[in-house]
Amino acid sequence: MTALFKHDKPDNRNVLDHTAQGIIGQPLTRPEGILKVTGNATYAAEYAFDECLEGVLVTAPFAKGQVNSIDEKSVSSMPGVIKVITDKRLTARAAQGTANEAPKQNVCEVHYWGQPIALVVAETFEQARDAAKHLKFDYTEDTDAIFDPEAADSETEDGATQQGDLAHAMKQADASVDLHYSTEGHASAAMEPHASIAQWDGDTLTVHASLQMLNYNITELADAMGLKEGKVRLLSPFVGGGFGSKLGVSQDVVAASVAAMELGRPVRVVMSRQQVFQTIMRRSETTQRLRLAADADGKLTGFGHEALVSNLPNEEFAEPVTQSSEFLYGGENRVLQIEVARINRMTAGSVRAPGEAVGMPALEAAMDELAEKAGIDPVELRLRNIPEVHPSEGTPFSSRKLAECLKEGAAKFGWDSGPRTPRMQREGEWWIGTGVASAARVHNVGEAKARVTLQADGTALVQTDMTDIGTGTYAILGQIAGEMLGMSRDDVLVELGDTKHPRGPGSGGSWGAASSGSAVFVACEAIAEEIASLLGAAKDDLTLKDGIASWGGQTRPVTEILDGKAITKIGHYEPGDTEDDYAASSYGAFFAEVAVNQWTGETRVRRMTGAFGIGRVLNEKTARSQCLGGMVWCIGSALTESLLFDPVDGHLVNCDLAEYHVPVHRDVPDMDVILVEERDGAASPIQAKGVGELGMCGGAGAIANAIYNACGARLHDFPMTPDRVLAAMPAD
Amino acid sequence: MPISINHQPYDLPDDPRVSLLDFIRHDAGQSGTKKGCDHGQCGACTVLVNGVRINSCLSLAVMHDGDEVTTIEGLGTIDQPSALQKAFLEHDGFQCGYCTPGQICSATALIEEIRAGWPSDATGDVEQAPKLTDEEIRERMSGNLCRCGAYPNIIAAIREVAETEL
Repeated sequence: MTALFKHDKPDNRNVLDHTAQGIIGQPLTRPEGILKVTGNATYAAEYAFDECLEGVLVTAPFAKGQVNSIDEKSVSSMPGVIKVITDKRLTARAAQGTANEAPKQNVCEVHYWGQPIALVVAETFEQARDAAKHLKFDYTEDTDAIFDPEAADSETEDGATQQGDLAHAMKQADASVDLHYSTEGHASAAMEPHASIAQWDGDTLTVHASLQMLNYNITELADAMGLKEGKVRLLSPFVGGGFGSKLGVSQDVVAASVAAMELGRPVRVVMSRQQVFQTIMRRSETTQRLRLAADADGKLTGFGHEALVSNLPNEEFAEPVTQSSEFLYGGENRVLQIEVARINRMTAGSVRAPGEAVGMPALEAAMDELAEKAGIDPVELRLRNIPEVHPSEGTPFSSRKLAECLKEGAAKFGWDSGPRTPRMQREGEWWIGTGVASAARVHNVGEAKARVTLQADGTALVQTDMTDIGTGTYAILGQIAGEMLGMSRDDVLVELGDTKHPRGPGSGGSWGAASSGSAVFVACEAIAEEIASLLGAAKDDLTLKDGIASWGGQTRPVTEILDGKAITKIGHYEPGDTEDDYAASSYGAFFAEVAVNQWTGETRVRRMTGAFGIGRVLNEKTARSQCLGGMVWCIGSALTESLLFDPVDGHLVNCDLAEYHVPVHRDVPDMDVILVEERDGAASPIQAKGVGELGMCGGAGAIANAIYNACGARLHDFPMTPDRVLAAMPAD
Repeated sequence: MPISINHQPYDLPDDPRVSLLDFIRHDAGQSGTKKGCDHGQCGACTVLVNGVRINSCLSLAVMHDGDEVTTIEGLGTIDQPSALQKAFLEHDGFQCGYCTPGQICSATALIEEIRAGWPSDATGDVEQAPKLTDEEIRERMSGNLCRCGAYPNIIAAIREVAETEL
């Protein structure tokens, strides 16, 4: 019943290139799309349950200290109020991605401004919101809260690289740069606020929630509630964006669950936008030092990338700033290191492309300065520094299309490889310039299972707890099954986001498609094998297309072969030795053209080209959309996005969508996406790699480099807001 | 007078604090309209009131007695989607889908605003009828955030429909 594929060797059979249906990779529209465009897709908060109560979280108005008592009576006589929940099981933080255990509980101990401390439950949302605002509580505020990462104690993360003698390489270099960068914190700001509806039937807890990784979330929730996992069911068939913010079980999920169990009625808890900003994950701010040393040919001899990031005490996550710096470029003398400062801001965790999202722009901006010093075209400099093997580990790379992306991107963009002097082009009061950056994002996979049923009527059913957070999971899993079983995608029903289905790793780290897609592939291979054996045909001789099986010159409808029976297989994909044997990563290149206003310092991105190597493209439409989305994030992180904290009391000042500036329509020009043909059998048995994060891994650097090329302002602080650009603009 | 949502009458709520958005989503049970910020900052809650787009989170339900409210459900159905709904689907003008109803309601109104000759910040000469440029569409859609970053595809969808209808 279960077919296992352990990934100990690259799978270079490229099975999906030899199947007959011809739908894999095709730009098919999303099967669930019609529900989304007509308002019929149901998100976590939108289920109508009888007698459902409404809960609103109350949060701490101070950054560090102790809640001594909560005065339930202060609100208990207000209209509609049912209960103030102060249970010890309430969670103070969201769980980190793949935590697999309850996050910090005991909400009376407060470690950051805005931490939930109670839940007020009432008959209606308006009543609960009003009561939550009026709830009185007594607290003691500590005076030793720390808000400045530079002033805090810090620890060095494990896994630092020290190789050769970087200081010596810097001295000996024909060209070198030693630069300091800073990036501000980022918010995921998914459009759907975190929301849960919990139901307790006296035996089982069922929660509709907005979560990315149900397989881990169910364990986290069960652990927080003190329930067995078998007594919990989580459903997230539609998730209104995640970007890392919904990797771990969040405070609303546990609060709704506690309330539902205590009150015996369904309870809905929806976070306000402000609460999402204040209590869910932030991407840590960073300060970074980049040291690059090159010989006369522009070949790197030394490579240093060090970063200071921050998190709350006792959080294991540290923004992995140097993740792709470990292998993207060569240089035998290397220093890579991350330090974590312990401060009292909300949990730092995964926000789209943790690590590369901020590490790559700094690296790519430094490469631009090196190119200028070395007098080498920046595209050429990158091409010269693609290492043969992993520079520290010596492992071979799996398929890598960095050079192709740089070249194809440059051609499509119309990159001018001539001399690059700032202020060469002007339109009115705008300086125009271009910039380039490489893209890289480590490839991840996780253990995944999926159930595929070939129904007696010739259609197929795919079931897994995997989520679709906008990534296109519904589309690609249907395409993989349709391709493998020989039917149109419309004949495949995909059911996702329910823990009663076989489990996968969920959506995060760009690993969903390669992992759960492989599980579906493995299940389908087993089904095809069974059909072959029913026919007495050799497995490799069997072709399935449009519901017809062909083998050895014969053909027969699949429904006839099934003879009223269904075939069900669970595909089980398990990562194996290939993870250690190869350095696998997605690669790409960004090209940007910007206009910088001479008087205001405002930067407008005028056009952008991205070329990406993501292994096999499973659906050209959804893959392209993922890349576009990433490039939009590049614009935000380059120009506008910045979490700002009050240095006195530590509260997040810009905790809404009016003050935290995500790109809007008018900030985003037409953008080209090139998907470079690639198969990577070391990455997954479907030869696909991750795509969701790659599109924002470095592009902010291309924009920074374009700003310099446009107007001569060389900035080292992201985002490059008008005030900063203006201050760095050289005098005429 | 009752409030009409997609041509169905509903009695106004007893609680005056109920926003039009919560009334639509909760009291009327039409959850296609989304709550993204509740502060008029994201546009996910955009609906048409008597044909004009508004952020329904910034308005109280009790202010709308006698008004005709059109939400995403009123623009088209699964079997008969509107031209914009079809174009969003075809151009992949969404990913997670949460901002989508607001985007489509906004785009529906946008086409009427350009038809009526309303200028915007992107209109060069405000005495002339606005032209259907990408910059006009982008400007008029900038109140509708999409964190998935589907903007280029959304513009392509709107451009295609607007070119046909205008």
